[in-house]
Amino acid sequence: MTVDTALDPGSVATARRRLLMEALGIAASATGFGFVYGLAAREAGFSPIEAMAMSTFAFAGAAQFAAIGYVASGLAWPGVILLTFLLNARHLLYSAALAPWLRDVPFLRRAVMAHLLTDEAFALAIGHFRRLGRTDERGYWIGAIASTFIPWNLATLAGVLLGAGIPDPTRFGIDVIFPAAMIGLAVGLISGRRELVAAIVGGGVGVVMSLITSPAIGIVAGGLIGPLVGLQVPAALAHETAPLGTVASAERFVVPGAHVKDVPDPDRPWQEPRP
Amino acid sequence: MSTELVLLALLMFAVTYPSRALGLLTPGFERLPRVALDYLQLVGPAVLAALAVVNAVVVVRAERPMLNVGIEALGVVACLAITAWRKNLLLGLLVAVVIVAVVRAAGIAPPPG
Repeated sequence: MTVDTALDPGSVATARRRLLMEALGIAASATGFGFVYGLAAREAGFSPIEAMAMSTFAFAGAAQFAAIGYVASGLAWPGVILLTFLLNARHLLYSAALAPWLRDVPFLRRAVMAHLLTDEAFALAIGHFRRLGRTDERGYWIGAIASTFIPWNLATLAGVLLGAGIPDPTRFGIDVIFPAAMIGLAVGLISGRRELVAAIVGGGVGVVMSLITSPAIGIVAGGLIGPLVGLQVPAALAHETAPLGTVASAERFVVPGAHVKDVPDPDRPWQEPRP
Repeated sequence: MSTELVLLALLMFAVTYPSRALGLLTPGFERLPRVALDYLQLVGPAVLAALAVVNAVVVVRAERPMLNVGIEALGVVACLAITAWRKNLLLGLLVAVVIVAVVRAAGIAPPPG
Protein backbone atom coordinates (compact mmCIF):
# COMPACT_ATOMS: atom_id res chain seq x y z
CA MET A 1 0.00 0.00 0.00
CA THR A 2 0.98 3.57 -0.40
CA VAL A 3 0.84 6.38 2.10
CA ASP A 4 -2.98 6.36 1.90
CA THR A 5 -3.15 4.05 4.91
CA ALA A 6 -1.23 6.46 7.11
CA LEU A 7 -3.84 9.18 6.80
CA ASP A 8 -6.49 10.02 9.31
CA PRO A 9 -9.71 8.45 7.90
CA GLY A 10 -11.89 11.40 8.85
CA SER A 11 -9.74 14.04 7.25
CA VAL A 12 -9.24 11.92 4.15
CA ALA A 13 -12.96 11.37 3.74
CA THR A 14 -13.67 15.08 4.15
CA ALA A 15 -10.92 16.03 1.71
CA ARG A 16 -12.10 13.46 -0.81
CA ARG A 17 -15.67 14.74 -0.61
CA ARG A 18 -14.40 18.20 -1.41
CA LEU A 19 -12.24 16.78 -4.18
CA LEU A 20 -15.27 15.03 -5.64
CA MET A 21 -17.29 18.22 -5.65
CA GLU A 22 -14.47 20.00 -7.47
CA ALA A 23 -14.11 17.08 -9.86
CA LEU A 24 -17.80 17.18 -10.69
CA GLY A 25 -17.53 20.79 -11.83
CA ILE A 26 -14.53 19.97 -13.99
CA ALA A 27 -16.30 16.86 -15.34
CA ALA A 28 -19.33 18.88 -16.44
CA SER A 29 -17.09 21.23 -18.36
CA ALA A 30 -15.02 18.38 -19.84
CA THR A 31 -18.23 16.72 -21.00
CA GLY A 32 -19.44 19.80 -22.83
CA PHE A 33 -16.10 20.55 -24.33
CA GLY A 34 -15.39 16.93 -25.26
CA PHE A 35 -18.68 16.86 -27.08
CA VAL A 36 -17.74 19.98 -29.02
CA TYR A 37 -14.37 18.39 -29.82
CA GLY A 38 -16.14 15.32 -31.19
CA LEU A 39 -18.36 17.48 -33.38
CA ALA A 40 -15.42 19.53 -34.66
CA ALA A 41 -13.36 16.40 -35.35
CA ARG A 42 -16.21 14.89 -37.33
CA GLU A 43 -16.66 18.14 -39.25
CA ALA A 44 -12.94 18.03 -40.14
CA GLY A 45 -13.31 14.51 -41.50
CA PHE A 46 -12.04 12.43 -38.58
CA SER A 47 -13.61 9.00 -38.27
CA PRO A 48 -14.98 7.99 -34.85
CA ILE A 49 -11.97 5.71 -34.33
CA GLU A 50 -9.54 8.51 -35.16
CA ALA A 51 -11.28 11.02 -32.91
CA MET A 52 -11.38 8.51 -30.07
CA ALA A 53 -7.73 7.59 -30.58
CA MET A 54 -6.84 11.25 -30.12
CA SER A 55 -8.87 11.49 -26.92
CA THR A 56 -7.52 8.25 -25.51
CA PHE A 57 -3.85 8.39 -26.50
CA ALA A 58 -3.05 12.08 -26.82
CA PHE A 59 -5.64 13.04 -24.17
CA ALA A 60 -4.82 16.76 -24.31
CA GLY A 61 -7.74 19.07 -25.09
CA ALA A 62 -6.03 22.11 -26.58
CA ALA A 63 -3.54 19.99 -28.55
CA GLN A 64 -6.38 17.83 -29.88
CA PHE A 65 -8.34 20.85 -31.05
CA ALA A 66 -5.17 22.22 -32.60
CA ALA A 67 -4.57 18.89 -34.34
CA ILE A 68 -7.94 19.24 -36.07
CA GLY A 69 -6.75 22.53 -37.52
CA TYR A 70 -3.36 21.17 -38.49
CA VAL A 71 -4.87 18.21 -40.30
CA ALA A 72 -7.55 20.31 -41.98
CA SER A 73 -4.95 22.79 -43.21
CA GLY A 74 -2.78 20.04 -44.62
CA LEU A 75 0.13 20.50 -42.23
CA ALA A 76 2.65 17.68 -42.58
CA TRP A 77 2.83 15.30 -39.63
CA PRO A 78 6.28 16.42 -38.44
CA GLY A 79 4.85 19.92 -38.04
CA VAL A 80 1.89 18.52 -36.10
CA ILE A 81 4.24 16.59 -33.85
CA LEU A 82 6.49 19.60 -33.20
CA LEU A 83 3.60 21.90 -32.31
CA THR A 84 2.00 19.21 -30.14
CA PHE A 85 5.25 18.79 -28.26
CA LEU A 86 5.59 22.52 -27.66
CA LEU A 87 1.95 22.94 -26.68
CA ASN A 88 2.11 20.08 -24.19
CA ALA A 89 5.60 20.70 -22.80
CA ARG A 90 4.05 22.59 -19.87
CA HIS A 91 3.10 19.22 -18.41
CA LEU A 92 6.74 18.74 -17.51
CA LEU A 93 6.30 21.34 -14.80
CA TYR A 94 3.12 19.79 -13.45
CA SER A 95 4.87 16.45 -13.38
CA ALA A 96 7.83 17.90 -11.54
CA ALA A 97 5.52 19.65 -9.07
CA LEU A 98 3.73 16.42 -8.20
CA ALA A 99 6.89 14.28 -8.07
CA PRO A 100 7.72 14.94 -4.40
CA TRP A 101 4.19 13.96 -3.40
CA LEU A 102 4.08 10.76 -5.43
CA ARG A 103 7.62 9.44 -5.09
CA ASP A 104 6.50 6.58 -2.81
CA VAL A 105 3.97 5.32 -5.34
CA PRO A 106 5.27 2.26 -7.25
CA PHE A 107 6.96 3.08 -10.54
CA LEU A 108 4.40 1.39 -12.79
CA ARG A 109 1.50 3.18 -11.17
CA ARG A 110 3.34 6.48 -11.50
CA ALA A 111 3.86 5.68 -15.17
CA VAL A 112 0.10 5.31 -15.60
CA MET A 113 -0.56 8.41 -13.51
CA ALA A 114 1.62 10.35 -15.91
CA HIS A 115 -0.65 9.63 -18.85
CA LEU A 116 -3.61 11.03 -16.92
CA LEU A 117 -1.75 14.19 -15.88
CA THR A 118 -3.73 17.01 -17.43
CA ASP A 119 -4.13 20.62 -16.38
CA GLU A 120 -7.28 19.61 -14.54
CA ALA A 121 -5.72 16.60 -12.80
CA PHE A 122 -2.75 18.69 -11.67
CA ALA A 123 -4.90 21.49 -10.28
CA LEU A 124 -7.15 19.04 -8.42
CA ALA A 125 -4.34 16.83 -7.09
CA ILE A 126 -1.95 19.50 -5.87
CA GLY A 127 -4.80 21.30 -4.10
CA HIS A 128 -6.00 18.05 -2.53
CA PHE A 129 -2.55 17.04 -1.33
CA ARG A 130 -1.83 20.44 0.11
CA ARG A 131 -5.12 20.56 1.95
CA LEU A 132 -4.38 17.14 3.44
CA GLY A 133 -0.75 17.96 4.02
CA ARG A 134 0.08 14.51 2.68
CA THR A 135 -0.24 12.30 -0.36
CA ASP A 136 -3.52 10.58 -1.19
CA GLU A 137 -3.02 8.33 -4.18
CA ARG A 138 -6.69 7.50 -4.48
CA GLY A 139 -7.43 11.19 -4.53
CA TYR A 140 -5.20 11.52 -7.58
CA TRP A 141 -7.04 8.74 -9.40
CA ILE A 142 -10.41 10.25 -8.50
CA GLY A 143 -9.38 13.65 -9.81
CA ALA A 144 -7.68 12.41 -12.96
CA ILE A 145 -10.13 9.75 -14.06
CA ALA A 146 -13.49 10.99 -12.82
CA SER A 147 -13.02 14.65 -13.64
CA THR A 148 -11.52 14.38 -17.07
CA PHE A 149 -10.58 11.06 -18.65
CA ILE A 150 -13.98 9.37 -18.55
CA PRO A 151 -16.13 12.45 -19.30
CA TRP A 152 -13.78 13.61 -22.05
CA ASN A 153 -13.74 10.28 -23.85
CA LEU A 154 -17.45 9.55 -23.52
CA ALA A 155 -18.32 13.04 -24.70
CA THR A 156 -15.91 12.75 -27.64
CA LEU A 157 -17.65 9.56 -28.69
CA ALA A 158 -21.09 11.18 -28.40
CA GLY A 159 -19.98 14.24 -30.36
CA VAL A 160 -18.33 12.35 -33.20
CA LEU A 161 -21.27 9.96 -33.57
CA LEU A 162 -23.86 12.71 -33.47
CA GLY A 163 -21.77 14.80 -35.86
CA ALA A 164 -21.88 11.97 -38.37
CA GLY A 165 -25.67 12.23 -38.39
CA ILE A 166 -25.73 15.90 -39.39
CA PRO A 167 -25.98 16.03 -43.20
CA ASP A 168 -24.80 19.62 -43.80
CA PRO A 169 -22.90 20.90 -40.74
CA THR A 170 -22.12 24.30 -42.26
CA ARG A 171 -25.84 25.04 -42.45
CA PHE A 172 -25.93 24.95 -38.66
CA GLY A 173 -22.75 26.96 -38.22
CA ILE A 174 -20.82 23.99 -36.83
CA ASP A 175 -17.79 24.91 -38.95
CA VAL A 176 -17.26 27.99 -36.79
CA ILE A 177 -16.82 25.88 -33.65
CA PHE A 178 -13.17 25.16 -34.37
CA PRO A 179 -11.81 28.71 -34.84
CA ALA A 180 -14.10 30.01 -32.07
CA ALA A 181 -12.85 27.33 -29.67
CA MET A 182 -9.25 28.16 -30.57
CA ILE A 183 -9.67 31.87 -29.86
CA GLY A 184 -11.55 31.12 -26.65
CA LEU A 185 -8.77 28.83 -25.43
CA ALA A 186 -6.18 31.45 -26.38
CA VAL A 187 -8.06 34.08 -24.34
CA GLY A 188 -7.98 31.71 -21.38
CA LEU A 189 -4.19 31.50 -21.59
CA ILE A 190 -3.53 35.22 -21.60
CA SER A 191 -2.36 36.04 -18.11
CA GLY A 192 -0.04 38.94 -18.89
CA ARG A 193 1.19 41.27 -21.60
CA ARG A 194 3.70 38.78 -22.96
CA GLU A 195 0.91 36.30 -23.72
CA LEU A 196 -1.17 39.05 -25.26
CA VAL A 197 1.67 40.13 -27.54
CA ALA A 198 2.46 36.51 -28.44
CA ALA A 199 -1.18 35.86 -29.34
CA ILE A 200 -1.56 39.01 -31.45
CA VAL A 201 1.73 38.45 -33.26
CA GLY A 202 0.98 34.74 -33.64
CA GLY A 203 -2.36 35.50 -35.26
CA GLY A 204 -0.95 38.26 -37.46
CA VAL A 205 2.06 36.30 -38.62
CA GLY A 206 -0.20 33.31 -39.19
CA VAL A 207 -2.46 35.22 -41.57
CA VAL A 208 0.33 36.98 -43.47
CA MET A 209 2.36 33.80 -43.91
CA SER A 210 -0.77 31.87 -44.86
CA LEU A 211 -1.51 34.32 -47.66
CA ILE A 212 2.09 34.31 -48.87
CA THR A 213 2.65 30.57 -48.61
CA SER A 214 -0.06 28.28 -47.23
CA PRO A 215 -2.23 28.04 -44.09
CA ALA A 216 -0.15 25.13 -42.80
CA ILE A 217 3.07 27.15 -42.89
CA GLY A 218 1.29 30.22 -41.55
CA ILE A 219 0.08 28.38 -38.45
CA VAL A 220 3.55 27.01 -37.67
CA ALA A 221 5.17 30.41 -38.27
CA GLY A 222 2.65 32.15 -36.02
CA GLY A 223 3.05 29.55 -33.30
CA LEU A 224 6.84 29.81 -33.29
CA ILE A 225 7.39 33.53 -33.98
CA GLY A 226 4.65 34.83 -31.65
CA PRO A 227 6.43 33.62 -28.49
CA LEU A 228 9.76 35.06 -29.66
CA VAL A 229 8.19 38.50 -30.01
CA GLY A 230 6.29 38.09 -26.75
CA LEU A 231 9.58 37.44 -24.95
CA GLN A 232 10.73 40.91 -25.95
CA VAL A 233 8.27 42.43 -23.49
CA PRO A 234 10.40 43.23 -20.43
CA ALA A 235 9.55 41.11 -17.38
CA ALA A 236 8.86 44.27 -15.39
CA LEU A 237 6.10 45.22 -17.83
CA ALA A 238 4.67 41.72 -18.30
CA HIS A 239 2.25 41.83 -15.33
CA GLU A 240 2.29 38.03 -15.22
CA THR A 241 -0.48 36.65 -13.01
CA ALA A 242 -0.14 32.92 -13.63
CA PRO A 243 3.45 31.67 -14.04
CA LEU A 244 3.77 28.35 -15.84
CA GLY A 245 3.74 25.36 -13.51
CA THR A 246 1.52 26.93 -10.86
CA VAL A 247 -2.08 26.03 -10.07
CA ALA A 248 -3.11 29.40 -11.46
CA SER A 249 -1.42 28.48 -14.73
CA ALA A 250 -3.10 25.05 -14.82
CA GLU A 251 -6.46 26.72 -14.38
CA ARG A 252 -5.65 28.93 -17.36
CA PHE A 253 -5.30 25.84 -19.52
CA VAL A 254 -8.45 24.26 -18.14
CA VAL A 255 -11.48 25.10 -20.28
CA PRO A 256 -12.44 28.69 -19.38
CA GLY A 257 -15.43 28.61 -17.09
CA ALA A 258 -14.28 25.54 -15.17
CA HIS A 259 -12.52 26.51 -11.96
CA VAL A 260 -11.03 24.64 -9.06
CA LYS A 261 -12.16 26.62 -6.03
CA ASP A 262 -10.05 27.67 -3.07
CA VAL A 263 -6.88 25.90 -4.07
CA PRO A 264 -3.69 27.36 -2.61
CA ASP A 265 -1.67 29.12 -5.27
CA PRO A 266 2.03 28.76 -4.53
CA ASP A 267 4.40 30.56 -6.85
CA ARG A 268 6.58 27.58 -7.77
CA PRO A 269 5.14 24.40 -6.33
CA TRP A 270 7.64 22.12 -8.03
CA GLN A 271 10.43 23.71 -6.00
CA GLU A 272 8.74 22.98 -2.68
CA PRO A 273 10.06 20.15 -0.54
CA ARG A 274 7.60 17.44 0.29
CA PRO A 275 5.97 17.95 3.74
CA MET B 1 -13.79 3.70 -41.69
CA SER B 2 -10.51 5.63 -41.83
CA THR B 3 -7.85 4.80 -39.25
CA GLU B 4 -4.92 6.73 -40.73
CA LEU B 5 -4.96 9.33 -37.98
CA VAL B 6 -4.69 6.71 -35.26
CA LEU B 7 -0.96 6.66 -36.00
CA LEU B 8 -0.88 10.45 -35.66
CA ALA B 9 -2.65 10.12 -32.29
CA LEU B 10 0.02 7.64 -31.18
CA LEU B 11 2.78 10.01 -32.31
CA MET B 12 1.10 12.83 -30.40
CA PHE B 13 1.09 10.53 -27.38
CA ALA B 14 4.79 9.82 -27.95
CA VAL B 15 5.71 13.51 -27.73
CA THR B 16 3.28 14.33 -24.92
CA TYR B 17 3.91 11.44 -22.54
CA PRO B 18 7.57 12.30 -21.82
CA SER B 19 6.56 15.77 -20.64
CA ARG B 20 4.02 14.21 -18.32
CA ALA B 21 6.26 11.41 -17.10
CA LEU B 22 9.77 12.82 -16.82
CA GLY B 23 9.11 14.73 -13.63
CA LEU B 24 7.25 11.84 -12.01
CA LEU B 25 9.66 9.13 -13.07
CA THR B 26 12.95 11.02 -13.07
CA PRO B 27 13.48 12.98 -9.85
CA GLY B 28 15.36 16.25 -10.24
CA PHE B 29 14.26 16.85 -13.79
CA GLU B 30 12.30 19.95 -12.91
CA ARG B 31 14.83 22.65 -13.61
CA LEU B 32 14.56 24.14 -17.07
CA PRO B 33 16.29 27.40 -18.06
CA ARG B 34 14.12 30.42 -17.31
CA VAL B 35 14.00 31.49 -20.96
CA ALA B 36 12.69 28.04 -21.96
CA LEU B 37 9.92 28.29 -19.35
CA ASP B 38 8.98 31.74 -20.60
CA TYR B 39 8.93 30.58 -24.22
CA LEU B 40 6.74 27.58 -23.39
CA GLN B 41 4.33 29.83 -21.53
CA LEU B 42 3.82 31.82 -24.75
CA VAL B 43 3.49 28.95 -27.20
CA GLY B 44 -0.11 28.19 -26.22
CA PRO B 45 -1.61 31.63 -26.83
CA ALA B 46 0.42 32.12 -30.02
CA VAL B 47 -0.40 28.84 -31.73
CA LEU B 48 -4.05 28.87 -30.72
CA ALA B 49 -4.46 32.46 -31.91
CA ALA B 50 -2.78 31.57 -35.20
CA LEU B 51 -5.10 28.61 -35.66
CA ALA B 52 -8.17 30.71 -34.85
CA VAL B 53 -7.38 33.66 -37.09
CA VAL B 54 -6.13 31.62 -40.03
CA ASN B 55 -9.17 29.36 -39.93
CA ALA B 56 -11.51 32.33 -39.62
CA VAL B 57 -10.19 34.61 -42.36
CA VAL B 58 -8.13 32.56 -44.82
CA VAL B 59 -9.76 30.34 -47.42
CA VAL B 60 -8.08 28.33 -50.16
CA ARG B 61 -9.71 28.61 -53.58
CA ALA B 62 -8.16 26.94 -56.60
CA GLU B 63 -5.15 26.08 -54.42
CA ARG B 64 -4.59 29.76 -53.69
CA PRO B 65 -4.91 31.20 -50.16
CA MET B 66 -7.20 34.25 -50.05
CA LEU B 67 -8.38 36.65 -47.38
CA ASN B 68 -12.08 36.17 -46.62
CA VAL B 69 -13.56 38.22 -43.78
CA GLY B 70 -17.11 36.96 -43.44
CA ILE B 71 -19.68 35.97 -40.87
CA GLU B 72 -17.31 33.29 -39.53
CA ALA B 73 -14.91 36.02 -38.41
CA LEU B 74 -17.77 37.82 -36.67
CA GLY B 75 -18.69 34.61 -34.87
CA VAL B 76 -15.10 34.17 -33.73
CA VAL B 77 -14.92 37.77 -32.49
CA ALA B 78 -18.18 37.26 -30.59
CA CYS B 79 -16.78 34.12 -28.96
CA LEU B 80 -13.60 35.99 -28.05
CA ALA B 81 -15.56 38.81 -26.44
CA ILE B 82 -17.84 36.49 -24.46
CA THR B 83 -14.99 34.28 -23.27
CA ALA B 84 -13.02 37.32 -22.13
CA TRP B 85 -16.08 38.89 -20.48
CA ARG B 86 -17.90 35.93 -18.95
CA LYS B 87 -14.99 33.43 -18.72
CA ASN B 88 -17.29 30.87 -20.30
CA LEU B 89 -16.08 29.25 -23.49
CA LEU B 90 -19.11 27.04 -24.01
CA LEU B 91 -21.37 30.09 -23.94
CA GLY B 92 -19.05 31.82 -26.40
CA LEU B 93 -19.17 28.84 -28.74
CA LEU B 94 -22.95 28.71 -28.56
CA VAL B 95 -23.26 32.38 -29.46
CA ALA B 96 -20.79 32.01 -32.35
CA VAL B 97 -22.69 29.06 -33.79
CA VAL B 98 -26.07 30.80 -33.45
CA ILE B 99 -24.80 33.97 -35.15
CA VAL B 100 -23.38 32.05 -38.11
CA ALA B 101 -26.38 29.72 -38.42
CA VAL B 102 -28.93 32.56 -38.29
CA VAL B 103 -27.11 34.71 -40.83
CA ARG B 104 -26.73 31.78 -43.20
CA ALA B 105 -30.36 30.73 -42.74
CA ALA B 106 -31.40 34.29 -43.59
CA GLY B 107 -29.40 34.06 -46.81
CA ILE B 108 -27.23 37.03 -45.90
CA ALA B 109 -23.97 35.08 -46.08
CA PRO B 110 -23.38 31.74 -47.78
CA PRO B 111 -21.04 29.10 -46.32
CA PRO B 112 -17.40 29.56 -47.44
CA GLY B 113 -15.99 27.59 -50.34
